[in-house]
Amino acid sequence: MATIRFDGAALTVPTADDERVVLEPVDLTLTERRVAVIGANGSGKSTLARLVNGLVTPSSGRVLVDDVDVARDPASVRRRVGFCFTDPSAQLVMPTCLEDVELSLRRHERRRSVRLERARAVLARFGLGDHADVSVHALSGGQRQLLALAGVLATEPDVVVADEPTTLLDLANTRLVGDLLLSLDQQLVLVTHDLDLAARCDRAVVVAHGRIAFDGPAAAAITAYRSLVDAGTS
Amino acid sequence: MSAPGVLVGIYQPGRSLLHRSPVGPKLLGLAVLSVTVVAVRSMPLAVVFLAVAAALATIARLRARLLWRATRYVLLVAVVVAGFQWWFYGRDKAIESLLDLVTLAVLALTITATTPVNAMLDAIVRWLRPLRRLGVDPERVALTFSLAIAALPGTVALALETRDAARARGLGRHPRAFLTPFVIRVVARAHETGDALTARGLGD
Repeated sequence: MATIRFDGAALTVPTADDERVVLEPVDLTLTERRVAVIGANGSGKSTLARLVNGLVTPSSGRVLVDDVDVARDPASVRRRVGFCFTDPSAQLVMPTCLEDVELSLRRHERRRSVRLERARAVLARFGLGDHADVSVHALSGGQRQLLALAGVLATEPDVVVADEPTTLLDLANTRLVGDLLLSLDQQLVLVTHDLDLAARCDRAVVVAHGRIAFDGPAAAAITAYRSLVDAGTS
Repeated sequence: MSAPGVLVGIYQPGRSLLHRSPVGPKLLGLAVLSVTVVAVRSMPLAVVFLAVAAALATIARLRARLLWRATRYVLLVAVVVAGFQWWFYGRDKAIESLLDLVTLAVLALTITATTPVNAMLDAIVRWLRPLRRLGVDPERVALTFSLAIAALPGTVALALETRDAARARGLGRHPRAFLTPFVIRVVARAHETGDALTARGLGD
């Protein structure tokens, strides 16, 4: 497993008259295979996840993946860290399923025939083999999230960061995508509101008001999160 | 999200002559034909150009129903434009403009329906490679072209969703109730697409 280290990583954004703290300085080392990040809307969970892939750069401190500073060498980190968004429609940029997965492979393989072969194999693995030439706009929500995941996993990253990947899905697709994510060989950082899914992770981090409110085993973290919600301080 | 009627940017698999033709000549042909259609000012020749476009669509074995669904919105715009042209310049000019717009739409549809976007991307990267010495990043330029084509169905889908949302709030026919949220959503989607490309390492 990779070692993801937050070394005093913090994020502030300018406002009209001052600045707003999105994430207080975070010191965290993640080595477990499956790590859940839970917390209320707007608590800073997604920011924490985006820092790992370099989509967001910390305003102070560092984020390192196996000692590589994400801010200094984002390209090399992104080759190892895949990112799955909440809304797959934003992630799918090519017209058909096959073309979208093939796009992911462009930076790894120059020969189109090889890319196509690998893309077809990945689609088949995700149960989308029959949808290769289907428009991404014609897929169901669950199929779209599977395709987005296929596009991420096609490049065989070491780490997958998933930002609320089941939020827009129905129960059956939540189970399907959740089971798939948790069965990955890759290290998984899973931002989620689904506490059943979080409970199946090896470790969970609770984020509240831009701070790490709890960090530990998933069951204890969920209890701590529920207490925060009950106390109205989440 | 669906984009009914928007087929530009959607590859339709097939084994027709145009499907099997290399990307370069197809794009070059599209460019030459498009410039010719716009440059030549003649109503009888506009009919000939439309016949050529229809013949190419037939060779590509595009189904008439798909062709109609894809071009009906262009036809709508073309009719409005032709109306103005008739008012200002007369009947011949109006018919020529209408035919030219439909011809260009059919040509664009025929090429995008028979050519995968990634194949276009490969071709553009190949053509731009000599410009690398001048600081041009061929992969990035090609990706920009491809995204412009691929974004069409998604943008129309956003427009339809925004229209439905305006209707649901009883604001169906108010232009501002449609245009303001539509522009905001398109810009937001552009940001999301940028993030998605960055996350996939395609901007590195």
